[in-house]
Amino acid sequence: MTMILKWIGKTAIFALAVVAIQAKASLEIVITEGVDSARPIAIVPFTFVGQNQPSQNISQIVAADLMRSGKFNPVNVMRMPQQPQNSSQFNAAAWAKTGIEAVVMGTVKEVGLDRYTINYELVDVVKANGGVGQPMMNAAGRIVAGANHILHSSEITIAGKLFRQYAHRVSDVIYEKLTGERGAFSTKIAYVLVRDKQEYRYQLVVADYDGENEQVLLRSKEPLMSPTWSPDGTKLAYVTFERKQSQIYIQDVYTARRSILTSFKGINSAPIWSPDGRKMAMTLSKDGNTEIYVMDIASKSLNRLTNHRAIDTEPNWAPDSQSVLFTSERGGNPQLYTVDINTKATTRVTFDGEQNLAGKYTPNGQAIVMVNRTNGQYNIARMDRTTRQMQVLTRTYLDESPSIAPNGSMIIYSTLHGSSQVLALVSMDGRFKARLPAVNGRVKSPAWSPFL
Amino acid sequence: MNLNKVLKGLLVAVPVLTLAACSSNNDTDAGASNEVVNQPVQAVDQGMSDAEQLRQQLEALRQQNTIYFDFDKSTIRSEFASVLDAHAAFLRARTTISVTVEGHTDARGTPEYNIALGERRAQSVQSYLANLGVAAGQLSVVSYGEEKPVDAGNTEDAFAKNRRAVLVY
Repeated sequence: MTMILKWIGKTAIFALAVVAIQAKASLEIVITEGVDSARPIAIVPFTFVGQNQPSQNISQIVAADLMRSGKFNPVNVMRMPQQPQNSSQFNAAAWAKTGIEAVVMGTVKEVGLDRYTINYELVDVVKANGGVGQPMMNAAGRIVAGANHILHSSEITIAGKLFRQYAHRVSDVIYEKLTGERGAFSTKIAYVLVRDKQEYRYQLVVADYDGENEQVLLRSKEPLMSPTWSPDGTKLAYVTFERKQSQIYIQDVYTARRSILTSFKGINSAPIWSPDGRKMAMTLSKDGNTEIYVMDIASKSLNRLTNHRAIDTEPNWAPDSQSVLFTSERGGNPQLYTVDINTKATTRVTFDGEQNLAGKYTPNGQAIVMVNRTNGQYNIARMDRTTRQMQVLTRTYLDESPSIAPNGSMIIYSTLHGSSQVLALVSMDGRFKARLPAVNGRVKSPAWSPFL
Repeated sequence: MNLNKVLKGLLVAVPVLTLAACSSNNDTDAGASNEVVNQPVQAVDQGMSDAEQLRQQLEALRQQNTIYFDFDKSTIRSEFASVLDAHAAFLRARTTISVTVEGHTDARGTPEYNIALGERRAQSVQSYLANLGVAAGQLSVVSYGEEKPVDAGNTEDAFAKNRRAVLVY
């Protein structure tokens, strides 16, 4: 199984094949835009010392992670002036000429049966060259004073099967050291995979954020919708039609045990946990119209938030848990509104575009991401809550179901590519764009996990 | 649409409307209707059992069980009145039979919004039938939103086919 990373610059088209041994992944990534503006970084292939090379290659996984973040452009080994194993071999002067900002180098040593000691260091090229102060190199280009150019160094001894997981942790550290923002490489995504030719055509799948380690939680002959994570990352709530009507279930991701939450007459839809994990906002039509309710999960008592003959749906909690953002067509077309969970006071939030749906607060609460319809086109847009400035981030077709990475850097959503539904990524500033086509089947309703 | 005439014929005169006459023409509405209308209904088969009659009625109703909607709308277009009239007449006469109205949408918009829109469409059909005297207990609705398209394409044509309510007996 090969995961293909493709990126297209203005002049060069080339592909890097990362061999991934987990043969399960059904998503690949095709980066379509944004590498030009990414920061160049060198992930020097880690040196292996020993007899039995583990199947997973840490430096390749890290390079793929950083490229996928949209913030970094890991350069080809051809552009590396040297391949140091550690910072004592690092030639700062040689790297200074490359324009590469940071270098990651390391070694993997076999120390026992399926035991490996991994060392790695992250070096800041500018600081290694003295930054704005005096140079710290001798005539040979070696660093002679200070070690503040080494942004991070680490050593760990682990089994080969933990390499992929550990590589994502390495990516988290490098990303945070270089951006100041927490990395989201050790997260998961849940999504619905539809394989039309299979009897159980609807599958609820959880995978690592990069599509690896797929795990099917549920197969159904009837539609599955709207998976959403509990704030602690251990459970999913979703909508199933297995009994020929919509019902909301909660399922443990690790034990696969599940229980029914709601099965009211009519629609049981759009579940979303409150930030403290105790309540679930949802859409029900048991009282005639689709309305937003909040259920206390333990007692199952309901608090009805809306009361309007128009469609009200797609609740999303404000970060302070005091109000819920939702979609309503009470103004004639679907637009975003908020409702205070105590006073039930309702305020319209969006005015730009023909429709705005599926609003989601960014983790810092400063912006709202949504599906915007302008000139009949459905795209992912972001609105700054202070300036009310709206920016359409995508140019793909029939975008829906946006879900935001827990560090707020990236949005995953469902879109149409060719004739098939695929997942796609766009960075919060709209510059980086990628597709995650399924190897087999249609993919929809992505939900990015919290930090795990 | 002459389904209503057909149904009235079935209900009143118990005509010999063979399964073949219906199913052989289900490619085009007009063809089926003309053939049925041209067939004299005086040949009443007194021997046809109630079960057989019901089977034939249901078969005829299933030929025209879909109501189509405009984009983001749930109002019933006048052209579908006769179809719904026929279903209502049947349900009034057969009070032990119930029907589920499935509401569907095209792929535009979000899945969660479309579940609500699909329910609106199914409810429009439900209230139309109720207004024609069908008992509430005979009617139920379920919305599948955009989850079960009849045409998986993404052309205007496919969208139009997917914006529908289906009466399922």
